[in-house]
Amino acid sequence: MIVHVDADRCCGAGQCVLAAPEVFDQRDEDGTVVLLDASPPAALVREVADAVAACPGGAIRLEEGTPR
Amino acid sequence: MATATTTHPAPRGTCPFAPPPAYRQAGPDEPVSKVALWDGTPCWLVTRHQEAREVLADPRFSADATRPGFPFLSAAARHLGGGKTSFIRMDDPEHGRLRRMLTGDFTIRKTAALRPAVQQVADELFEKMTTGRTGADLVADFALPLPSLVICLLLGVPYQDHEFFQRCSRTLLRRDSPIEEVVAAQDELTAYLDALTDHKRTHPDDGILSRLVARGELATEDIGAMGRLLLIAGHETTANMTALSVLALLRHPDQLAHLRAHPEATPAAVEELLRWLSIVQSGVTRVATEDAEIGGVLIRAGEGVICQINAANRDEQRYPDGDALDLTRDTRRHLAFGFGVHQCLGQPLARLELEIALDTLLRRLPGLRLAVPFEEIRFRHEMTVYGIESLPVAW
Repeated sequence: MIVHVDADRCCGAGQCVLAAPEVFDQRDEDGTVVLLDASPPAALVREVADAVAACPGGAIRLEEGTPR
Repeated sequence: MATATTTHPAPRGTCPFAPPPAYRQAGPDEPVSKVALWDGTPCWLVTRHQEAREVLADPRFSADATRPGFPFLSAAARHLGGGKTSFIRMDDPEHGRLRRMLTGDFTIRKTAALRPAVQQVADELFEKMTTGRTGADLVADFALPLPSLVICLLLGVPYQDHEFFQRCSRTLLRRDSPIEEVVAAQDELTAYLDALTDHKRTHPDDGILSRLVARGELATEDIGAMGRLLLIAGHETTANMTALSVLALLRHPDQLAHLRAHPEATPAAVEELLRWLSIVQSGVTRVATEDAEIGGVLIRAGEGVICQINAANRDEQRYPDGDALDLTRDTRRHLAFGFGVHQCLGQPLARLELEIALDTLLRRLPGLRLAVPFEEIRFRHEMTVYGIESLPVAW
């Protein structure tokens, strides 16, 4: 599973941190997304998929071909 | 757009917790329907979960009230629409630039660190409310002062001025306030926050207003507009959610018993209460900036759209048996805080306050009950944010 984030689209709502705290964090200065793990273990696929769906800015995507 | 048959806002039905039946009669075949606003202006109403998410996440739908065709939900809102506004009524990139000056104050980590301070405020209010007494008005004595004290602390606004800003907020949030009263409330609150911002220039503290001043990027009136947004949104919403949540639990003894038996489930309970109550009863307004198809309906550039959050959050396709309050259900993707880049900035703080409020009340008042018949509770149908005037309880 390969995760991409686009910090320019991030509105700092923190939904990804709630969904998958092992994978996402927020910058202290402006709350925008920090990717902690760009290739998280398959065990976290549900959490990461949740983060993608919950992101209000559409700032997170899973690389094509990633099994869900 | 053809003529609409339903008016917005539609009246609530027999259950005061449920969205107006008229918003839901359209059914699954009609996710986007036509309504007439208070002045007869036609507008699109989005009542389904999927389509509401689509609109709110789509940059073709603008939050900028100065654009032609923007739907105003009251005469006063239209009157104020072209005036000085905060980023809630702007689009990106300007919206994002301003919002990011505040998002660092409401991160998950920073908000979690506030827990001891918020708990202390709750404990002090609780002691004051309960010492030597067997009953209280839960709105005036707990639900309203708790988030008001906290947002004052965060912004650097003196709490001693709470009667003033609470009165202004209520006037601004009433759909039926006379225009002159709304203008006066807006002017008073703006003047107050502008003066407070200027005061921070010479008397800095560690509150948000002071830090916005210290950035040196914003004029006083811009900081004042942000302060006004945070002050209003920071106390009215959580106050009403707290009071309605307690009332909803008292009306659902099985759910209340579940929560009392499983205090660790409080965060999940808060999510379900957010979904079920969906207090932004006015809906979220946008205007299309280009033609866009939503739910099979072509919405033309310049046409207004209302995303009816309370109906969308009970969409049976997303939440089976959505009218049931079920603290154990899967509540993911509820729209109580909106969606898209405008999604509520303060949602981590709202969640923290609601968790602490419910936990404190339920843990320490095992005999909590209504002190008046349910029928005597007055619901605030005329407000942008739903709630109750007062909540007499005993223990």
